[in-house]
Amino acid sequence: RSWRRGLPLSSLRPGQKWAALSSAVLPDGVDRNTEAFARNAANAEGLLSPLRSHIQKVLGGGGAEAVRRNRSRNKLLPRERIDRVIDPGSSFLELSQLAGYDLYEESLPSGGIITGIGPVQGRLCMFVANDPTVKGGTYYPITVKKHLRAQEIAAQCKLPCIYLVDSGGANLPRQADVFPDRDNFGRIFYNQAKMSAEGIPQIALVLGSCTAGGAYIPAMADESVIVKGNGTIFLAGPPLVKAATGEEVSAEDLGGASMHCRISGVSDHFAHDELHGLTIGRNILKNLHMAGKGLNTSPYVSSDYKEPLYDANELRSIAPTDQKQPLDVRSIIARIADGSEFDEFKKYYGTTLVTGFAKIYGQSVGIIGNNGILFIESALKGSHFIELCAQRNIPLIFLQNITGFMVGSKSEAGGIAKAGAKMVMAVSCSKVPKITIIVGGSFGAGNYGMCGRAYSPDFLFLWPTAKISVMGGAQAAGVLAQIEKNNKKKQGIKWSEEEEENFKASVVEAYEREGSAYYSTSRLWDDGIIDPADTRRVLGLCLSAASKPSPEDTKFGVFRM
Amino acid sequence: MGDKSASKRIMGAAGVPLVPGYHGDRQDIDFLKAEAEKIGYPILIKPTHGGGGKGMRIVQSPDDFVDSFLSAQREAAASFGISTILIEKYITQPRHVEVQVFGDKHGNVIHLYERDCSVQRRHQKIIEEAPAPNVVNEFRSHLGEAAVAAAKAVGYYNAGTVEFIMDTLSSQFYFMEMNTRLQVEHPVTEMIVGQDLVEWQILVANGETLPLTQSEVPLKGHAFEARVYAENVSRGFLPATGSLHYYHPVSISPTVRVETGVKEGDTVSMHYDPMIAKLVVWGENRQAALVKLKDCLLNFQVAGLPTNIGFLHKIANHWAFEKGLVGTHFIEQFKEDLFIDSGVDIGAGTSAASKLGAAIVAACICEMDHNSYKEKFPGGDKLLSLWYANPPFRMHHSAKRLIELEWENELKGKCLELLKLAITCVSKGGYLVEFEGGDSPVMEIKVVHLGECKFIVEADGLSTHVTLARYFKDNCQHIHIWHGQHHHNYQEPVTLDRSNDDASDHKPSFQTASHPKGSVLAPMAGLVVKVLLENGAKVEEGQPILVLEAMKMEHVVKSPRAGYIEGLHIASGQQVFDTSVLFTVKD
Repeated sequence: RSWRRGLPLSSLRPGQKWAALSSAVLPDGVDRNTEAFARNAANAEGLLSPLRSHIQKVLGGGGAEAVRRNRSRNKLLPRERIDRVIDPGSSFLELSQLAGYDLYEESLPSGGIITGIGPVQGRLCMFVANDPTVKGGTYYPITVKKHLRAQEIAAQCKLPCIYLVDSGGANLPRQADVFPDRDNFGRIFYNQAKMSAEGIPQIALVLGSCTAGGAYIPAMADESVIVKGNGTIFLAGPPLVKAATGEEVSAEDLGGASMHCRISGVSDHFAHDELHGLTIGRNILKNLHMAGKGLNTSPYVSSDYKEPLYDANELRSIAPTDQKQPLDVRSIIARIADGSEFDEFKKYYGTTLVTGFAKIYGQSVGIIGNNGILFIESALKGSHFIELCAQRNIPLIFLQNITGFMVGSKSEAGGIAKAGAKMVMAVSCSKVPKITIIVGGSFGAGNYGMCGRAYSPDFLFLWPTAKISVMGGAQAAGVLAQIEKNNKKKQGIKWSEEEEENFKASVVEAYEREGSAYYSTSRLWDDGIIDPADTRRVLGLCLSAASKPSPEDTKFGVFRM
Repeated sequence: MGDKSASKRIMGAAGVPLVPGYHGDRQDIDFLKAEAEKIGYPILIKPTHGGGGKGMRIVQSPDDFVDSFLSAQREAAASFGISTILIEKYITQPRHVEVQVFGDKHGNVIHLYERDCSVQRRHQKIIEEAPAPNVVNEFRSHLGEAAVAAAKAVGYYNAGTVEFIMDTLSSQFYFMEMNTRLQVEHPVTEMIVGQDLVEWQILVANGETLPLTQSEVPLKGHAFEARVYAENVSRGFLPATGSLHYYHPVSISPTVRVETGVKEGDTVSMHYDPMIAKLVVWGENRQAALVKLKDCLLNFQVAGLPTNIGFLHKIANHWAFEKGLVGTHFIEQFKEDLFIDSGVDIGAGTSAASKLGAAIVAACICEMDHNSYKEKFPGGDKLLSLWYANPPFRMHHSAKRLIELEWENELKGKCLELLKLAITCVSKGGYLVEFEGGDSPVMEIKVVHLGECKFIVEADGLSTHVTLARYFKDNCQHIHIWHGQHHHNYQEPVTLDRSNDDASDHKPSFQTASHPKGSVLAPMAGLVVKVLLENGAKVEEGQPILVLEAMKMEHVVKSPRAGYIEGLHIASGQQVFDTSVLFTVKD
């Protein structure tokens, strides 16, 4: 186990020696001679190419014909719209690109809505952009979920919201799954109201239709823009009006830009065309004045930092395709931390959990990574480290690769449930930015202690190698087969070995499928699958967004001692 | 000597050769018309006072005599306060050669060789050189002696210029006029004789003798002067007005002089002469000086208003000019060569050079935006700069930026060609540029921003220095690029907040952009001096309708077609603006 080795100074280049003495520079940590490395390296392309081909498909929106129709109306695609609103040449952190993947019978690229973070006039904003080429921009359940998740991030990070509205409203055939529940369509407007109350600007650019419930997006916005000809806002469109009252009216007269800017006052800015509308959007952002809104300007970030010493592209081969192969999480940290420097905390205690301090683009972070099963000591060490970071307002990064907490009589007697609970308590209550990257397994209570989706990390991304389930497929199959066997036995039915194997295989298959990164990301259990080589960049962008709000003091609940 | 008629009488008496003509006092139109018949057409009408070609008219046939005569009189009166006119023979293939003379109060007069000022447009010089090309020394001496004789005939002291017209066909030269001052083009003489003529003027005024005798005057090398004007070359060299948004003349040296009175940010108004600068270069011989002239013109960077720099460069590169085959009709004679953009493949539309320019512009804009946004929002938020890192981050794909540029073909006037470019940033300073809807290959461009407007760009393996000037005007970003041998202008339409517009006023853009059929627009900003016809009048194509004056020059606005005049609401004395509608001609 390479990480147990001390730091061989002789292996360092001369310039590194001093740095090595003042701060712990991680060794490369990758043994390129092992079979596992060779297999993973070979697999790296295999991991990325399906991902890239899925992404290529969703970037095309609702297909060539729909895109052509969109263009003929002088409308841009949602990603192009965002590109025109963010500062020229700046980055855009798109979230959950594969939402809705393989989820419904019909394809729903990106869930019919594009969300993400980008800077406008030097201020980070959350974008929520309907894709009118996908089912007319109507809201499927996953569309609603993605919209709400974007709002959740915006609320948490205090990011102004820019809604690029072009939607037919709720998808009527699926209204029961879209309309009534707490986290359904209505929650969008509730969130707008609450964020507006908190001083988080809500800006709507109406670039297309905005029908029925959708009409409330601009109506609830602090400031809104509507584009002549394309933008319409009404509770009921011309067909419904005719059916309801017999009145015959054109869409433009019923809810067009001129009417709303001159008569109803539902919209504030009149745009002559889409580009003009997007420019007005940029102007609105220019005029925001968010002084005194509790925003942090991260004064403790050092402006000069060193890139990691090792090639980030190797993370693609490091990514564990096989959960059984041990992976030293330090080889990942060595490729994401500034100068590959990592000051470990409690290095020799509870060694299956690696904790320590590093910097990412000059921002201090506490990193918690798995190096095996969580034992009592590892859980206690994790709780201690989380408390430490909460105390010091240091953002936490969780690198998940966990099969779970140790089971068995020894662990139970030692109070592993108590130890795990401490870690869950610490993770839940610490009020520092938290970012989770699931690099490999994410099983059982390990998912909880390592800040899984339920623990509201500010951001949660997957590597393509991520596997998420309550336990491993083989273990589940074993458990279920045991129960099934007992049931059959009670009923006096004989279960052949072959039948048992088939039963187990089907369970394993289901766990494999439901545990895959694509299954997760399609359902929005995460914020997207990333290329392992992009991890440092994504972490940097997330840290920048998540450390916007001023730090808050943490108050923990009762720790079971 | 300011009175041309009087001066010619004196010169005639002194034996200086004169162009046949009438220089007398009689100004009645019929008499002068008869004199013109005697001399033989074509003839030239000139005001007796003033200079700079103002009020001059060439009359090809007796039919045009009256109109030309009257307007010459009007312009002379407006410019110089005296409307006396002279007429003389018009030489069809002339060169304009003038001799710099200098006299002191002790009766010494010497000449400092001649200048050739033949290359002219609108009767105004644009490129002058000294000494005159293709002139043998014997002729040079004759010319100088004649000039000295002329000066002596009037007992002249101070700097002066004796202008001759040289008939290229007969190699005769005739006295034209004498300018009793130091002229715009005097630096070319200073360069070849190595003297400071202003210093000489002061010495002479102080009563001292000339510093040199005739035999001591050296003749070293060759000098050119190019006059940089704000003007619309494609619109008949009409004066242009506007702001000097970017103004970087070439750097000066002992062999390069730039005389200019403007600086970046200044406005060239309609109230003064539109000359921006004089570029003067010197070389060991004509060839060396010409190389320097071309190089300086390439690097003389002005953006914000149209200039004649590109045109001057074209002249300097023309084979006939290179051979010294100059003449006052040079521009007219070679217009086929001079008004065609050599970079355009006829029929193929946009040239490769303008496409390359557009690609470089796009890459440089991307690079500049990266850098400027990074620095624009410091605010203590250091992590924010991550969002402006190069290349910009996109999840699983590359950020592509679309830039639309309209190429402004200077020689075709306002003719714009739309180029749609997609730029992908692939590495720090590295860009891939594709043209939409074309079969041009993807261009790989590397940009290093040196600061301000300066870049080093590597495109298709070639490294060049690039200067980029950007400014906003009329809802457009104007971008000028100087790269290698090329200078191109592009426009990028920008969507500014037009919130002042009335929401109800949404005319489709094609209606607001163009004017109703038959509209006649002011060719330039200026003062209406005469309105010849009224609303409802029937007009023929080409019939003069009103007369505009700008930069002290008259411009006749003619009917573009036959029809009836409508919407003419302009009276004489009124100011009009560039491209404002003057009237409409209806069927």
